[in-house]
Amino acid sequence: MDIRAQISMVFHLDKCIGCHTCSIACKNIWTDRKGAEYMWWNNVETKPGTGYPHRWEDQEDYQGGWILNGGEIELKGTGKKRLLKNIFHNSTLPVLDDYYEPWTYTYSDLFDSPQGDDQPVARPYSMVTGEYMDVKAGPNWDDDLGGSELYAKNDVNYDALTSAEREDLHHLQKMVMMYLPRICNHCQNPACLASCPSGAIYKRGEDGVVLINQEKCRAWRMCVTGCPYKKTYYNWQSGKSEKCVLCYPRLEAGEAPACMHSCVGRIRYIGVLLYDKDKIEGIIHQDEKQLIQAQKEAIVDPFDPEVIKAAQDCGVSTHMIESAQKSPVYKWVKEWNLALPLHAEYRTVPMLFYVPPLLPVMGNISHNLYDNNGDQFFTSIDDCRLPIKYLASLFSCGDESLVRDVLKKLMAVRVHRREVTTGDISRSQADDALSQAGITAEEAEAIYKLSSLCTFDQRFVIPASHREEAIEMTKMVLEHKGEVGFGFKEDPERI
Amino acid sequence: MSQFLFGVFPYIASVLAVVITIYEYRRNSFHFSSISSQFLEGRKLFWGSIPWHYGVLTVLLGHLLAFLFPSAYIAFAKVPMRLLILEVISLVCGFMAFLGLVMLFKRRMLDSRINIITTNFDISLLLLLLIQVASGVGVALFYRWGSSWYASAVVPYLRSLWVLDPEISYIANMPFVVKLHVFNSFLIVAIIPFTRLMHFLVAPVHYFWRPYQIVIWNWSRRKIRKADQQ
Ligand code: HEM
Ligand code: SF4
Repeated sequence: MDIRAQISMVFHLDKCIGCHTCSIACKNIWTDRKGAEYMWWNNVETKPGTGYPHRWEDQEDYQGGWILNGGEIELKGTGKKRLLKNIFHNSTLPVLDDYYEPWTYTYSDLFDSPQGDDQPVARPYSMVTGEYMDVKAGPNWDDDLGGSELYAKNDVNYDALTSAEREDLHHLQKMVMMYLPRICNHCQNPACLASCPSGAIYKRGEDGVVLINQEKCRAWRMCVTGCPYKKTYYNWQSGKSEKCVLCYPRLEAGEAPACMHSCVGRIRYIGVLLYDKDKIEGIIHQDEKQLIQAQKEAIVDPFDPEVIKAAQDCGVSTHMIESAQKSPVYKWVKEWNLALPLHAEYRTVPMLFYVPPLLPVMGNISHNLYDNNGDQFFTSIDDCRLPIKYLASLFSCGDESLVRDVLKKLMAVRVHRREVTTGDISRSQADDALSQAGITAEEAEAIYKLSSLCTFDQRFVIPASHREEAIEMTKMVLEHKGEVGFGFKEDPERI
Repeated sequence: MSQFLFGVFPYIASVLAVVITIYEYRRNSFHFSSISSQFLEGRKLFWGSIPWHYGVLTVLLGHLLAFLFPSAYIAFAKVPMRLLILEVISLVCGFMAFLGLVMLFKRRMLDSRINIITTNFDISLLLLLLIQVASGVGVALFYRWGSSWYASAVVPYLRSLWVLDPEISYIANMPFVVKLHVFNSFLIVAIIPFTRLMHFLVAPVHYFWRPYQIVIWNWSRRKIRKADQQ
């Protein structure tokens, strides 16, 4: 066993209200710079929809991630074999128009215009070229737009649905949408890292955060193609690639990443998972159907004395182990089996997990009358407005049973709480729902608490990173005092 | 004058290039980058970058081989058919490089998005390279057979530079285009550390030997792990 610690995340999609506060918090801290205007390390997309960049899930086009080729794992569009072909011109690189051209407005015209017959207006202009432009696309142009011909219809996950099912999602009264907030998954088998010819990208041993060394990046731009989630971005001004850093300076100071800290829906959880590094090789070679199961098996029980012993032998700090024991992520992912990775079929072993949304049908319009679905208060999950097939395409490599198991549990928790609070459901009905979902009333209660009543400290369990000890190795602590900070030692100028 | 241009300047250029490049690499390796502009414009880049790089790298490889093994080269090219093939390959690559460069130059000047990230150094570099490739192709076209007397006349000159005993008589009576080609090449060497040309010095060859995944440990715990255990 080679036990390592990984800071991992869970996003509870039932709670996301699509407010984009997370994106703005991130933008303000990290990407409000020249060359990075178009970047949204954190973005929230509306699904069904095409996402950002446009149709990023279409790997036939973007060629990201890993594939199994005759039992061997290889990078789909990058890697050693394809370097010479790709390096002078990378045919699968998403370009500015695949994201959107960032713009702002001539606000000063509102104040400085000479007096005239018309109201002055602020005109949009490009933040790249400075020229006036007609704004035609943005990072969340289809915000809240279920059923759209242009966006929802072009959702890559529609491939999993029959045409009748697709049509269904575009009927006026059946339209549906959900939010999908996305950041870098800080994967255990990162394809961006493996694609980087310069070796500028690395995974931190202590906590698994994936970072790009700006000093070593040479703009070969293979990571942008390599990452199937399109979460590495090329800065056109500095000539360097950038990505979500999981706010590591904040993490090291014991604070939650800005997107998580600011999340209005409180959908985000962060905590440590201990995993067995030796098993990663096995996971990525698994058949698609077994991928998620294998990934979960590699995550080990932080209470198991054998694991604790092994972790200590592998140099995982005591703080790390303690914090793995308190980790909310462990509960969601392992204990309750409620959280699933996004598009595990890309084989990067992503460490951001999602609790899929329930979207129950509470009522239907029939004969122009609103009908509250008969006697059962909570409808059967197969009547979910968003087809299970669709969710399975996102979260379980197409395996509907995995999603159904999760939804059953989520539903059972609701039934159970309904019985407890209003009592208009009988206890036997509630117990029935619980046993069908395979959880006990205590578990349901715990899930309910961590979903709805969770405090700040329950959502964010961040281990001490002991940078002070790391500094001691290289310099006198007192000398270092007052020097701490991050950023460039030199101006990040182009030549 | 010739003495300076061909006897002294090459040293100034090379020393400048080597010293400043090493200094930059140590002080601020941030500057080492191909500064790709494909993100802002991809189509025209394809028609520029692909022919340019394949063309110029092949031609440079030819120059290098003849420089390293001149006698073997002359012996090889004694057979007219072989000489012809060599000349045709280098001419084709020369043309590819030239057309690619023209495309790159046009793109730099005319594309509105590329315009805003184009610096004077970018333009100067492209101009110098244009002169270089044009004069090279000119030599190949008008002074047959350039490849042979490159090996027999220019290589000895370059080697005399290398052993710090410049023998400019080899080059003094050459036609103007040849002199231009030689002098300009040192000019390009001189500006390497000031332009994106540094990117070919950091071409990612070590990629082929390294394992795909890289893990870096921040602190002492890495000592208890063996170096190969990533
Ligand atoms: C050894 C391997 C080399 C590699 C891997 C390489 C790679 C690249 C890359 C990735 C770019 C950026 C293209 C983009 O905008 O996306 C580039 C641009 C360029 N390269 Fe190279 N290159 C190499 C050798 C050379 C050599 C030997 C020269 C010149 C003698 C050269 C001259 C240029 C120039 C002038 C540009 C700028 C094109 C522009 O105007 O945008 N390269 N190269
Ligand atoms: S801040 Fe939270 S609730 Fe708001 S969009 Fe982001 S993830 Fe959703």
